Parts: sequence; structure tokens; C-alpha cells
Amino acid sequence: MQVKINGKAEEFPGGTVLDLLKAKKIEPQMVAIEINDAMVDREHLGTTQLKDGDRLEFLFYMGGGR
Amino acid sequence: MEFTEEQISRYSRHILLPEVGGKGQKKIAKARILLVGAGGLGSPAALYLAAAGVGRIGLIDSDVVDLTNLQRQILHHTPDVGRPKVLSGKEKIQALNPDVAVSMYEERLTAGNAIKIFNDYDVVIDGVDNFTAKFLINDACFFADKPLVHGGILRFDGRVTTIIPRKSACYRCVFKTPPPPGLVASCQEAGVIGVLAGIIGTIQATEALKLVLGIGRPLTDRLLDFDARKTQFREIKVKRNPDCALCGAHPTITELFDDGDPYAGCAVRP
Ligand SMILES: [Zn+2]
Repeated sequence: MQVKINGKAEEFPGGTVLDLLKAKKIEPQMVAIEINDAMVDREHLGTTQLKDGDRLEFLFYMGGGR
Repeated sequence: MEFTEEQISRYSRHILLPEVGGKGQKKIAKARILLVGAGGLGSPAALYLAAAGVGRIGLIDSDVVDLTNLQRQILHHTPDVGRPKVLSGKEKIQALNPDVAVSMYEERLTAGNAIKIFNDYDVVIDGVDNFTAKFLINDACFFADKPLVHGGILRFDGRVTTIIPRKSACYRCVFKTPPPPGLVASCQEAGVIGVLAGIIGTIQATEALKLVLGIGRPLTDRLLDFDARKTQFREIKVKRNPDCALCGAHPTITELFDDGDPYAGCAVRP
């Protein structure tokens, strides 16, 4: 199936958001995730199944300013 | 309050704008804007807000100017190395525009002093470099009911968003808590392309002026991310989170606290 991550279409064999993060080697604690414009609670990453065509936004912390 | 001939000249390009006019310029002259951090983001914001004729600018910063700051912190010049940033900043602001009053807070923002300081301002601009302070500013703006213009820069990436407490998504609605300290690089390690501070800081100043004037559409419920490598902006829609620990229906944060180690991490990116 295909999902859109930050506007870019990517192939994904299927599974949960946590599976996707693992496949992309992203530490779940370092990112806030939106699926189809709705925030997903970090505790629900492992139980949220992705569907074909889902639009995901990976929002990374950006802390600098000085 | 009436403007002098000189002030009418100085602000003429504002006064010419139908959205500003003499009435709007008076709003700017009465406005009080607080800059938390007189560094990378605070520098361009302070200079443009000073040029615009903001009535009072508050500067919070406990640091002295360091040589490594000068690559991006344009409020400070080479002879200022070793001098308090708030003092250096006040001098530049008033050299640019003596109409502007400057309040200096040569201290760290803490859970103890934040609300008292914020209460004296109309808009708060986040120009700090660590997550503890960013969450503290978000929370203090919620409790003091002040609009916040949040900003962040790292390497070639920048982000800006406006938060109107109780009306639009707050920082915790999206990010909940600071990232675990072990996973984040420090700002000193990370590096940043200097001009990025100018791009993001001036957008923050634009947002603050719009809030003061009550014009346009604020950058609320949207994160505006900028990638300097591609010269590309990306807008991400966000929403208030009903489960937000701060502004949600059943808040668990009911008073200010210092969330995390203020010396920990600058930012993260895979
Ligand atoms: Zn919130």
C-alpha cells in the first residue's frame, strides 16, 4: 500500500504507525504524528493501523532560537 | 496621544497603508511586546519591531554576548562581546528608534518569574533555544492569557506558529512534553545557518504586529516549516487537542513548572 509522509508518497507493506516508524528508524519519542489531520497519541502508535492512502505528517521537535 | 511631525514622517509608510493608518500606528505605539531571548530570533524581531515604533519592547536574557553569537545575532556587534545581551539590545533598539521604551530582564525565565513578567505585555515572542523554556513559555502564555509567537531554528530548518491560548492549538497540543534529553543534540553541537534566524525572526515580528493591529489571519492552528536548502515553506495544519494536558478538557497541568533540564537538547531530526 501507499501512504503519504510529509506530502511524499511512500510504499509501506502495511501495519501500525509504530511499524512504519521502526521501518524508517525513527524514535517514536522524537516525533509528533498526524494522520489525515488528526494527532495520534504516542500511546496509540502501536495500535493504530495504517490504511492505503493515509496522509501522515511527521512533526519533529525544533528547539533552537538563539 | 498625538504624533509629532517627525513621527508622522518616520511612520509614513505604515500610515499610508489602509490596514494601518494613523489609528493602527497608534496601536503599535501603545503595544508592549516581550522577547524571550535576545539572540538569533530575538535580534531581527527586536530591530523590526523597534523600527515599526512599538511602544515598549521587553528583553529577557541572562547571557552575555559571545563571539560565536555574532554569526546570526545581529542585535549585537563585535564590541559587545562580553556585555549583557539585554543592555546591548536596548542600545541598538534605541539607536534605531528612540521612541521605543525598553525593559531589560537580565535573568532566566523560570516558573517563578514568568507570569509576573508576561502580565505586563500584549504579545510574547519565543526566541529561546531549549525545550524546557519553550514549554514554559507556552504554559505561561496560557495562564497569563497572552498570544504567543513561537519560533525555532536548527541547521537549515525553521518553524514558526502563533498560539492564541484557549482558541488555537498550543505547543503541548502537538508535542505534549519535551523530548527525552538523551535523544537530542545540543544547540552548540547542531549548528544553524545564520540567515535562518532572520527569516524566522522577521516572520515572528510580522505575526506580532498583525496581532497588535488586529489585521489579517494569524498563523494559528498551522505550523509553518521552512527548509532553507530548498527554499521551501510547508504548512502543516494542527488542531487543538481535547486531551491536551494544558488546554484540553481535563487538564493535568494546573500551574507553571519547569519541565525538564534547561541545559538539555536543542532539537531533533532523524
Ligand atoms: Zn494545548
